[in-house]
Amino acid sequence: MGVADAASPTGILDDTGRALEARMIRAALDDAGLTLADVDGVTCAGAPAGLAEYLGIHPRFFDGTQVGGSSYELHVEHAAAAIAAGLCEVVIGVYASTPKGNQARMRAAMAARADAGKGDGRSGGGRGGGGRPGGGAPPGMGGPNPGAEWELPYGMRTPMGAYALAASRHMHEFGTTSEQLAQIAVDTRRWASMNPNAKFQDLITIDDVVDSPMQASPLHLLDCCLVTDGAGAFVMVSAERAASLAKPAVYVLGAGSCGDHSMISQMPDLTTTAGAISGPAAFAMAGVKPDDVDLLIGYDSFTITALLHLEDLGFCGKGEGGAFVEDGKLGPGGSFPMNTNGGGLSYTHPGMYGMFLIVEAVRQLRGECGERQLDGPEIAVAHGSGGLLSTMGTLVLGTEATR
Amino acid sequence: MTQLFEPPQSDYGTPYWDATRDERLLVPYSTTTGLPFWYPREVAPDTLTPDVDWREASGQGIVYAVSVMHKPGPGRDPAAGPYAVALIDLPEGVRIMSNVVGIEPDAVTVGMAVTVCWHELSDGRKLPMFQPT
Repeated sequence: MGVADAASPTGILDDTGRALEARMIRAALDDAGLTLADVDGVTCAGAPAGLAEYLGIHPRFFDGTQVGGSSYELHVEHAAAAIAAGLCEVVIGVYASTPKGNQARMRAAMAARADAGKGDGRSGGGRGGGGRPGGGAPPGMGGPNPGAEWELPYGMRTPMGAYALAASRHMHEFGTTSEQLAQIAVDTRRWASMNPNAKFQDLITIDDVVDSPMQASPLHLLDCCLVTDGAGAFVMVSAERAASLAKPAVYVLGAGSCGDHSMISQMPDLTTTAGAISGPAAFAMAGVKPDDVDLLIGYDSFTITALLHLEDLGFCGKGEGGAFVEDGKLGPGGSFPMNTNGGGLSYTHPGMYGMFLIVEAVRQLRGECGERQLDGPEIAVAHGSGGLLSTMGTLVLGTEATR
Repeated sequence: MTQLFEPPQSDYGTPYWDATRDERLLVPYSTTTGLPFWYPREVAPDTLTPDVDWREASGQGIVYAVSVMHKPGPGRDPAAGPYAVALIDLPEGVRIMSNVVGIEPDAVTVGMAVTVCWHELSDGRKLPMFQPT
């Protein structure tokens, strides 16, 4: 795998859209020692034909799976299957989203228009994302969006409110506390302090988290991910071809995905995600157990999201996540490092964070992470969550030694 | 009166919305299997046929999960203050989203018994909400 990503401590990137995607793809290809001419498979969350056309290539394999933030884990899963089946040889995946930069540019444009004494200040929607209020089927598919008809009137903030509901249920069933959730934010920030590209690098305490403004109870501001610009890309080839590439190969040892709802009212059990299916499936394919895993890069849109992953993937028992994290084992020097890049909580979160999970896992396995580099990790799990805890994608990645 | 996003009405949801005008809460059931489902749709999700019965629910429920919005969500007036969004388990066997009202939002707890109450919309339909039983 070749990888690339971009984020900035300012939260803003200068380029945007296809140009940013193209820069990421070029960087990932350079990282792998390949060129665009080698590429015969394209993946992105949305419409991959348009991307291929922009790049000027004629792929034999497309995957436009769009299930929210975990789309990129599913792209890797599908690409690995396609390469193994001989459908294609070199697959790229890419993501770019610039909500902060777009906002700044829109404000500047509106100010310019106001100065000119015309314009109504309205604007179109941004590209990408997946933040349609209420979830449910997209409009235009026969009648109103079910989310609009059955949930939107109740004024739930989306996505935050759905995760808050899950946290409330977890606290009720298992006695999980706000302080335990806060520990995840504290440890993630410690990792971010070692990532020069992280948006937030200053250390925080549990008190900082629980004293930060309540957003959707029981989630406080510092239980919630950032909104930043960010982009990334990967390139995948067969294991045979990987041997001749520029850098040590990282192997997809196992992959699994599962989804069980779109609207949060339809989630069968708010304390157990579909990761309880995708995780064991990926581990079984890889022939590994949770104990064999050296680090977890787990989607942390909110602190509760990461806590549910720890339980559902089997790193601790159901309901034991709060006690599992409270000794700080997820942070630097801890016994179970998680989100060494600083996560969606402190590094970057442009809306669909799953690409960055893959990039960090690959870099850790290659030993490229500088100050935050772990000591020789061999097996990493990248676990994405899409929608409202809806669609989970688990990747077990390993070094040459694990094949 | 709470300012909120007024729901669109689908064709298949018309029996539900018509009943709300009389403050009756209906739940759709698969005619074939007799099982309730939520949310309403054109077909019963177990058979994918349009054989759907509507039956009146008791109006009772239990709070399954709750979150207080400290900043307003879609359609809400920032000046109106925090409000409780909850998932409510109906004894009929479905779980629906609603608001719990008539109580301080922070006092709503998981497991609380609640009863349906009604918020009138501008077109005479009523939106079901819940208050402590």
